[in-house]
Amino acid sequence: MRFERSHTRKAVALTVASSLVLFAAACGSGDDGSGGSGGSSGGALEGRGPIKFATGKDTSGNLKNQVDAWNAQHADEKVEITELPESADQQRNQMISNAQIKSTEFSVLNLDVVWTAEFAANRWITELPEDQFPDLGKLLPSTVETGKYRDKLYAVPVTSDGGLLYYRKDLLDKAGVKAPTTWAEMKDACAKVKALPEAKAASCYAGQFEKYEGLTVNFSEAINGAGGVVVGDDGKPNVDTPEALEGLNFLVDGFKSGEIPKAAITYQEEPGRRAFQEGNLIFHRNWPYVYALANKTDGSSKIAGKFGVAPLPGLKGPGVSTLGGHNYAISAFTPNKATAADFIKFMSSEERQKANVEKTSQAPTWASLYDDPELNKQFPYLAPLKASIGSAKSRPQVVKYGDVTTAIQEAAYGALNGTTPPKDALAGLQTKLSTLITQ
Amino acid sequence: MSQSASAVEPPPSKVRRTSFNEGTGRLAALLLSPTLIVLVLVVVYPIISALRESLYTSGGIGDDGFVVEGTQFVGLDNFAAIFSGETGERFWNAFYNTTFFTVTCVVLETLLGVLMALVMHKAFKGRSIVRASILVPWAIPTVVSALLWKWIFQADGVANAVLGTQVLWSTEGWQSVLSVIIADTWKTAPFIGLLVLAGLQTIPDEVYEAAKVDGASPWKTFTRITLPLVKPALLVAVLFRILDTLRIFDLPYVLVGPNKESVETLSILAFLEANQTRYGPAAAYATLLFVYVAVVAYAFVKLLGADVIGEARQTGKKAGRRKKGGA
Repeated sequence: MRFERSHTRKAVALTVASSLVLFAAACGSGDDGSGGSGGSSGGALEGRGPIKFATGKDTSGNLKNQVDAWNAQHADEKVEITELPESADQQRNQMISNAQIKSTEFSVLNLDVVWTAEFAANRWITELPEDQFPDLGKLLPSTVETGKYRDKLYAVPVTSDGGLLYYRKDLLDKAGVKAPTTWAEMKDACAKVKALPEAKAASCYAGQFEKYEGLTVNFSEAINGAGGVVVGDDGKPNVDTPEALEGLNFLVDGFKSGEIPKAAITYQEEPGRRAFQEGNLIFHRNWPYVYALANKTDGSSKIAGKFGVAPLPGLKGPGVSTLGGHNYAISAFTPNKATAADFIKFMSSEERQKANVEKTSQAPTWASLYDDPELNKQFPYLAPLKASIGSAKSRPQVVKYGDVTTAIQEAAYGALNGTTPPKDALAGLQTKLSTLITQ
Repeated sequence: MSQSASAVEPPPSKVRRTSFNEGTGRLAALLLSPTLIVLVLVVVYPIISALRESLYTSGGIGDDGFVVEGTQFVGLDNFAAIFSGETGERFWNAFYNTTFFTVTCVVLETLLGVLMALVMHKAFKGRSIVRASILVPWAIPTVVSALLWKWIFQADGVANAVLGTQVLWSTEGWQSVLSVIIADTWKTAPFIGLLVLAGLQTIPDEVYEAAKVDGASPWKTFTRITLPLVKPALLVAVLFRILDTLRIFDLPYVLVGPNKESVETLSILAFLEANQTRYGPAAAYATLLFVYVAVVAYAFVKLLGADVIGEARQTGKKAGRRKKGGA
């Protein structure tokens, strides 16, 4: 009965093979997907009911209070917070995984400002009709721009962020200089401060120059601060210009002359903050969150009460910050879009934003809050921060942002390290961006 | 069951024997099928799925500004793209880094691991404490140990303070490579130590006593008795380490950072592609890495005769069988 045996084998093989085919088919149908179900049209936002709000880990500890305030008023449309990891990369990955299987799990997404284009172009988030968000005009215009893709609104800014120049007020006062508004003034001020015996060992300036997103931010600020652009308003890269070169040279020369310490090439936000708090830096570019930490009087900061903040300096006048912050968007796959839209309006309202600033010191997007006298007393950096965010430029709003930022980091890192001449770095970057950004 | 069926209708004896085998075979297949199905699900299907994925591409941007939906079959284009132009340079650099890490780390780990095993094997006071402390690095998750070492190697970190220098460990160059090698060796030498220790403990004391009686030097005892007898365990340990280090990811990625040419490995390339939602090219990188690992493992087993699967069979059966297994 050899025949029968081989028959069994065949049957087994056939079963295995067919199950594989089935799997492949099941997987394939998921990949191919039927287009257009995303509802990316700017039509009505319909459907009400409980929703989930996907956001990065809430390090401020205040998000729950904000959402509780909503839940107290909306018993039938409760919002549940889904906390994603703290790392931005992992938040993005989880949101993308959910979108790719068209999951209805998340309704409102808390997106980093640089993700808008990618999520919009993939139809993962719904276009928002601007007439349904009447308060947009009261938000800082630069922040609203980050929620747009190809001039259509996809997300509403709820928190913002801008770079600030932290400086050693005690040393500057002693040397008799004011907070600088240009790079040249900063250089002079530094020379004068370093003449003081107590500032001899300190370095002039540092930002974030490790090869990561912070380098893209600092590089863009240098370029924009000198009047150049990385990607122009027309959406086309235009980084190989004399202005951009001057901007990049501010950083490259700083490293060469030692005004920027060698170690700054490894600085992310935290190592830079530590160096500033240890008194090793006279000027330091960082985000507003540093203010509270550097002012701690528990001994962790050697400069508590001895520093001030100013808008970033530039080549010929005030500099240009790179815009940070987070926007709220509605998942294209949630059935409860009307609730989601109301929740976003609620969270971006003046009342909620004010409550949030008081508790967390996160930068608001509601313009008038920056002029609130009480808040200004509590957070003396609000005035320079308003100037910083008001004139801030967003990073390139492109679908392949991950590739673009990698290319920028590659060019900037090479130039700062001295391995590529600045001119060549910019020319190379221009070529690379031109192939990446094809609008 | 089949036996009783055959008893009802008695066929010629020869056929009956075959039918008995037939029944057993069928029963075996039936009993094994849950295992086979699980294996197919968790091993065969992902491999085939990754191979299939590597032949597709997705994500072009249409004129309307939206990403073109669905995937397109592109044949071997993803693989061709890996080997051409700038991507090709990057691939070969990553390939070199992966290989360099594997060779350097495994050699260092083997030397240190054997040394650790010899120490742990010795009977002395506080031996259990030494054993436990040697194993601590192995118990720490790789990502955590990467963060620990990152902390040590940062500009104002312990390493620079101890050395009294200002080495910027996370910048491009030999220092970042060295930091990864140090961290990897620290973490995984105990693994080799542990497996070798298990091997050492199976060597009977009589053999050493006999060597002593014959007046063999400690070195001779080590090379002629300890090493040959511990070789099977050592080879398995080394093989595992090679396979592990070939897909090294966490340490260079966390300790030094992504997009650093000096420490970029094949796994990192695959991850970065997947992170940009380019799953086709990512699968292509993963497939190449899979083939590379498979080739190295096969070569290792063939050349050094590491008997990974035959181990249990050999010890269970007689010496005559061992020849067959070795051949």
